[in-house]
Amino acid sequence: MSSLETTAPPGLDPSRSRRTARRTPSGFPWLTRLDLRLSPYLFVLPFFVIFAIFGVYPIFYTVWIALTDRSPLNATISFVGLDNFVELLTNDPQFWNAVWNTFGMFVLSTVPQLLLALMLANALNRRIRGQMFFRLAIAMPIITSTAVVALIFSMIYARDFGLANWLLDLVGVDPIDWRANRFASWFAISTMVDWRWVGYNALIYLAAMQSISKDMYEAAALDGASRRRQFWSITIPQLRPTIIFTLIISTIGGLQLFTEPLMFTSGSGALSGGSEGQFQTITMYLLEVMNTRFRWGYAGAVALVLFLLIASVSFVNYLLARRISSDK
Amino acid sequence: MSVTSRRRFAAIALASVAVLATGTACGNDSESGDGPITLVVDVFGDQGFGYEELYKQYESEHPNVKIQERGKGLGLGDYNTRLTQQITAGAGAGDVVALEEGTIVQFYAQADKFVNLADHGANDLKSNFLPWKWEQGLTPDGKVLGLGTDIGSMAICYRSDLFKAANLPADREQVGALWPTWDDFIATGQKFVAADKKHKFVDSATNFYNVVLMQTAGAGSGHTYFDKNNQLVVGSNPDVKSAFDLTTKMISAGLSNHLKSFSNEWNAGFKNGTFAAIGCPAWMTGVIKGQAGDAFAGKWDVAKAPGTGGNWGGAFLGVPKSSKHPKEAAELVKFLTSAKSQAEAFKKVGNLPSSPQALSDPAVAEATNDYFSNAPVGKIFAAGASELKPVYLGPKNQAVRDAVENALRSVEQGKAADAAWQDAVKNGEAAGK
Repeated sequence: MSSLETTAPPGLDPSRSRRTARRTPSGFPWLTRLDLRLSPYLFVLPFFVIFAIFGVYPIFYTVWIALTDRSPLNATISFVGLDNFVELLTNDPQFWNAVWNTFGMFVLSTVPQLLLALMLANALNRRIRGQMFFRLAIAMPIITSTAVVALIFSMIYARDFGLANWLLDLVGVDPIDWRANRFASWFAISTMVDWRWVGYNALIYLAAMQSISKDMYEAAALDGASRRRQFWSITIPQLRPTIIFTLIISTIGGLQLFTEPLMFTSGSGALSGGSEGQFQTITMYLLEVMNTRFRWGYAGAVALVLFLLIASVSFVNYLLARRISSDK
Repeated sequence: MSVTSRRRFAAIALASVAVLATGTACGNDSESGDGPITLVVDVFGDQGFGYEELYKQYESEHPNVKIQERGKGLGLGDYNTRLTQQITAGAGAGDVVALEEGTIVQFYAQADKFVNLADHGANDLKSNFLPWKWEQGLTPDGKVLGLGTDIGSMAICYRSDLFKAANLPADREQVGALWPTWDDFIATGQKFVAADKKHKFVDSATNFYNVVLMQTAGAGSGHTYFDKNNQLVVGSNPDVKSAFDLTTKMISAGLSNHLKSFSNEWNAGFKNGTFAAIGCPAWMTGVIKGQAGDAFAGKWDVAKAPGTGGNWGGAFLGVPKSSKHPKEAAELVKFLTSAKSQAEAFKKVGNLPSSPQALSDPAVAEATNDYFSNAPVGKIFAAGASELKPVYLGPKNQAVRDAVENALRSVEQGKAADAAWQDAVKNGEAAGK
C-alpha cells in the first residue's frame, strides 16, 4: 500500500520505517492473507473462465451430442448410444473418402513443403547480396490471410479464364479442369498450402542452421568435402530435432485442412468438395453433416473420430521423434 | 512485486472478469417503451430483396420504427446455415427473416420458435396470395409461419445477338415457338452449337435440371426428393429420374458450359458472355443484370419456357419468437408482403409477386424490362403463375439436391450417365438420412 510510505512518523529514518511497515502490515492482516492465497488464482482466472467456456464445455457437449440424434429438425432429442459411431465406421464411404483426401493432400503438400523450405534456408544461410531482403521476403506469405490466398489461387486455377491453364496453353498442353480431377485438385490445393507455409518453415530451419557451429563446416572444407556433402552430412543431421518439430506442426495443420479446399470452389454446395468429393477433407465433411444435413449428433461423432485420428498420428510422430533423438 | 503493481494486477484481473461477465450479458439492449424501436430484417442473395424504398416509406409512416437490413450479398446456403443456428439458439436472428421456398419446410419442425402470424391478423390476408403460395407458408398444423414475397415462375433468358448470329430466330415469340417441349429445346441447342463453335448453349446442367425438375414435378407427383410424409423418394420418384435423364441427354449433346451455379466461374461466364441461354425464374433476371452488367444490356431477351408453367424459388417473410417487438415486426411483414410492396420489389430487382392483385397490377402486368430488350417480363412470367401447382420440398431438400447436382456435375466432367445416377441415388439417400 503506497500510502504507508508517507505516514512515517517524523524523526525516524524513512528507510527504516518503510522496512518495519512492510514487515508488519497495519490494519487488515486477514486481507493480506486473503490476498496471498486468492490473488494468484484471481490472476489466472480469466484464462480458465475462457477455457472452460470455449474449451472444456464444448468437449463434453460434443461427447454427449455424439450419443444422441440431436438435430434442429427434431423436436425431441433421443439417446442413440454408439449408433452414430457404428454408422460412421462401417457404413459411410463419404467419410472414408474424406479421410483419404485429407491424408493424400497432407502428404502431397508436406513433403515438398519441407524439402523446399530446407533448400531455401540453405541458400539463405550463405553470404549473399541482399540477404536481409530475401530473408524477409520468404516470410511475407505468412502474414496474408488464408482466405485471400485461397481466393486468388482459385482464380489462378480457374478452368476457363485461369492463369495456370493459360500458361499450360502457351506450352501446348490441354487445359486442365482442376476441380474435376482428384490429383489435379490435390496438387492445386497443395500449392496454396505450400505457398503460405514454405517461408515459415524455412525461417525455422534458418534459425537452426545458424546455431550449427561454423567449425564443423571449416573442418569439413579442409578435409575437401563439397558444399553438397557438407549439407547432407552436417546440416541435415544437426537439423533433426527441428525437422521433427516442423513435421509435427505440419501434421496438425494438415489434418485440419479446411479453408483452402473450401474456397477452392465457390457457389452452391462448396462443402461437398468437388462433384464426387475429390477434395473434401474431414473438416469439410463435418460441416456438411452439421449444416446441410442437420445431423448434429452425427457431426459430433465425426468430430470425435477426427480427434482420435489426430491424436494417433501425433502419437506416431512422438514415437518417431523419440527414436530419432535416441539415435543421436 | 511491489504492492502498487500487485494492486494494479488485481484490478486488471477483476476488470477482465467484469468484461467477461458483461460480454455474456450484452445483446439484451433494452429499449424504452416509447423511444423509437429498431427492426432488423434479414434477407439473402446478391441483389437483396429490393426493399430500400419501402423501408423509407414505412419509416416515414411509422416515426417510432427504424429499419435495419442485413444479409444483402449473402448466398442462400450461408444465410440458411446462420439462420438455422440462430433459430435453434433462440437468439441473434432478425425481427423479420426471409425464408426461402426450399428451406421453409425445414422450419416447420421449429414452428414453435416462430411467431404465428395468424395471431396478428394474417388470416385476413389469405386472398392477397396465390393459394399455393399461401399453403406453403403454413405449417402442417395450420400455423402461419411466413407470408409470401415472390415466386419464381419460369421462362428462358437468351442472348438474342448470339441466336441471330447462329441463324436462329431472335424474336422472343419465334424463339418461344422453337421449343414446345424440352426435347425441342435440346434440338435447338444442337443447331446452335453446330453453328457457333465459340459459345455453349446453356450455362450448366444443374440450372437446366432444376428448371426441368420443378416443372415436371409440378405437373406430375407434386414432390421431388421427399414425398409429403417426408419419406425419401429420390430413387423412386419418376419425375426426378426423367429430369435427370433429360439433363444427361442435354450434356451429351454438348450444350452445357459446365459452370457451377453461383460460383465465381459462373459469374465470369455471364461477364464474358460464354453461353446463349439459361433457365430463368423471375429472380434470375436480377442475377443476370447484376452479373452480366451494362456491356450486355439489350443483348438478353426473355422467351417462354418449354412445357407448361413451373416454379423455382421464391421466398417468405417470418418473425422469430426471439424478436422483442413481434407485433411491430408482424406489421412490417404485412406491409412488405402487401400487393403494392411486391410490385415495388418487382420493379427494383425483378422478383415476381406472389399476390394475384400485384400480378394483375398494370405496374407488373404491363412491365417491360429495358435490360432484356424491353421484353414484357410481367406478362411472360405472370402468364402461368396462377395455374401453378405447388411442389412439395422436404426438410432436407437442399442436402439431397446438392448430392444430385454433384452427380450431374460429374457427368459434365466425363462420368457415364448411368453411374452418375447410381451416385445420385446413393449419395442422395445418405444426405437425406
